[in-house]
Amino acid sequence: MKKLGSLKESPFNPASAMDYLPEAELRRLQLGRLQESVRRAYHDQRCGQLKSRMDEIGMTPGDVKTLEDIRRLPFMTKTDLRDTYPYGLFALPDREVVRIHASSGTTGKPIVVGYSRNDLDVWTDAMRRGMIACGLSENDVIQVSYGYGLFTGGLGAHYGGEALGATVIPTSGGNTERQVMVIQDFGTTAICCTPSYFAHITEKAADYGVDLKKTRLRVGVFGAEPWSDAMRRHLEEISGIQAQDVYGLSEISGPGVALECLRQDGLHIFEDYFYPEIIDLETLEPVPDGVEGELVITTLCKEAMPMIRYRTRDITSLLPGRCGCGRTLRRINRIGRRSDDMMIIRGVNVFPSQIETALLRIKGLSLNYQIVLTREAGLDQMEVKVEMTPDLLGDRIMEIEEVQKAISHSILSITGIHAKVTIAEPKSLSRSEGKAKRVFDRRQL
Amino acid sequence: MKISQIAIFMENKPGHLRSICRTLADAGVSLTALSLADTSQYGILRLLANDWEKARDVLAGAGFVVNVTEVLAVEVDDKPGGLLALLDILGEANVNIEYMYAFTCKLGERAVMVLRFDDSDKAVAALQAHNVKVLAGPEIFRNV
Repeated sequence: MKKLGSLKESPFNPASAMDYLPEAELRRLQLGRLQESVRRAYHDQRCGQLKSRMDEIGMTPGDVKTLEDIRRLPFMTKTDLRDTYPYGLFALPDREVVRIHASSGTTGKPIVVGYSRNDLDVWTDAMRRGMIACGLSENDVIQVSYGYGLFTGGLGAHYGGEALGATVIPTSGGNTERQVMVIQDFGTTAICCTPSYFAHITEKAADYGVDLKKTRLRVGVFGAEPWSDAMRRHLEEISGIQAQDVYGLSEISGPGVALECLRQDGLHIFEDYFYPEIIDLETLEPVPDGVEGELVITTLCKEAMPMIRYRTRDITSLLPGRCGCGRTLRRINRIGRRSDDMMIIRGVNVFPSQIETALLRIKGLSLNYQIVLTREAGLDQMEVKVEMTPDLLGDRIMEIEEVQKAISHSILSITGIHAKVTIAEPKSLSRSEGKAKRVFDRRQL
Repeated sequence: MKISQIAIFMENKPGHLRSICRTLADAGVSLTALSLADTSQYGILRLLANDWEKARDVLAGAGFVVNVTEVLAVEVDDKPGGLLALLDILGEANVNIEYMYAFTCKLGERAVMVLRFDDSDKAVAALQAHNVKVLAGPEIFRNV
């Protein structure tokens, strides 16, 4: 394919030299930065949370002598951010904080994060290097269809793209008809948005008779929500792009904590800025490489709000070994699930990404689906709603029932749960322009 | 000989059939026959229209999921045992009927059955061998 042929991987790119730092040097750099970060959080955090927790266990910043010593430090969680709302975890005076972002809390107050000038530069640099890893350069035209605003997605991708020297089109999310027009008319070569929103864009493009394969679009940088490999292949096939996974979270900086290189074999963490650990969900002890657990990240350069051992709730593993691309940065596996998204149905753990994988096995389904959980006579029920498409409709009820059975069987084989499958009218399930809301838990507990 | 039938997917929601009929009426499409297969969740509306291509296009344009299938329209005597005679022929020929619905139109003493077969060519052969009239599109739409 013409478009993919233009993506070349160079063994070493001087524009992202830090990606290739010899390992011993990287670890030395990390240790120095970790010590500084802990000192900063210990002494300057406004709420004094880390200091009181370290004092409790008789630890001082000076006790961090090796990278392994990080294991002795206390964790931080989302609850800590809520408890110190809005600025309790800041470690700089207001005048040195140059940007505020906030993540929409599903319950109650949002989580507020702050950045110094240098924090923004670090964030931008990580995103810039990530875009290089995705095969982008100053020759690209990057359409940023993440929302701009308190959400970090839009501005994170925006400044990363500008730092790269690319042409950035800040369309933000929404107005999908215009998104398609911009792709077509402005010569967009790369798009940054959530995978569910890109799925929506591909649908709209088809409605308008636009063949995305015939546009210049060749790369998608998708993140902010878990998405399956099946979804990746699907998006790549229908639009002729290479779909790259980007990971990030506002608590740590924003998009650009880790990105895939063109090998699509795990996401490289920008380890000079972020220190990753994987911990066992029950013992909270670090697990060996290759073993799955919760991702814990420590910021190594953050000034306004240093985060020490922040529990991300994202489930992944650190991939053993070095990537063939030549980067020395370690990789995390793609995040298929968040412990926050986990549904416990009749005692079985089920993740939305599993349902997505099950649905993508059925030919002709649209990419939009919803999961509704209810409780009937004390028993959890899972209903999966999908939309009718011309490919699924015959003229007999039997044919639809067969599709329902096939979907139900596919879900059963992946999750072990019997789901009620409902076929809804086309385009009747809500579409999201940012993070897709797929799960509706209506169980009265 | 074969007639194109439009099948439309409908969720069971109030006002739904109405919006389908509104779409067709606005386009000036006339209906000759229809049948609805339903379950507790959804239904499939099947209809014969004088201009099936237009019907398909306007419905799809309005966002409905539409499918076109081929059916046969067969004349039967409008008297006791009329349908039975038809079924005897099909039974002997071992042709399976997927579904059927009836309508009367101004063709005299006869009624018209719309039938969907698993093998419509075999059905046509069996019916014609017994001199049963299989109607072509223009004949059933002529008098609407």
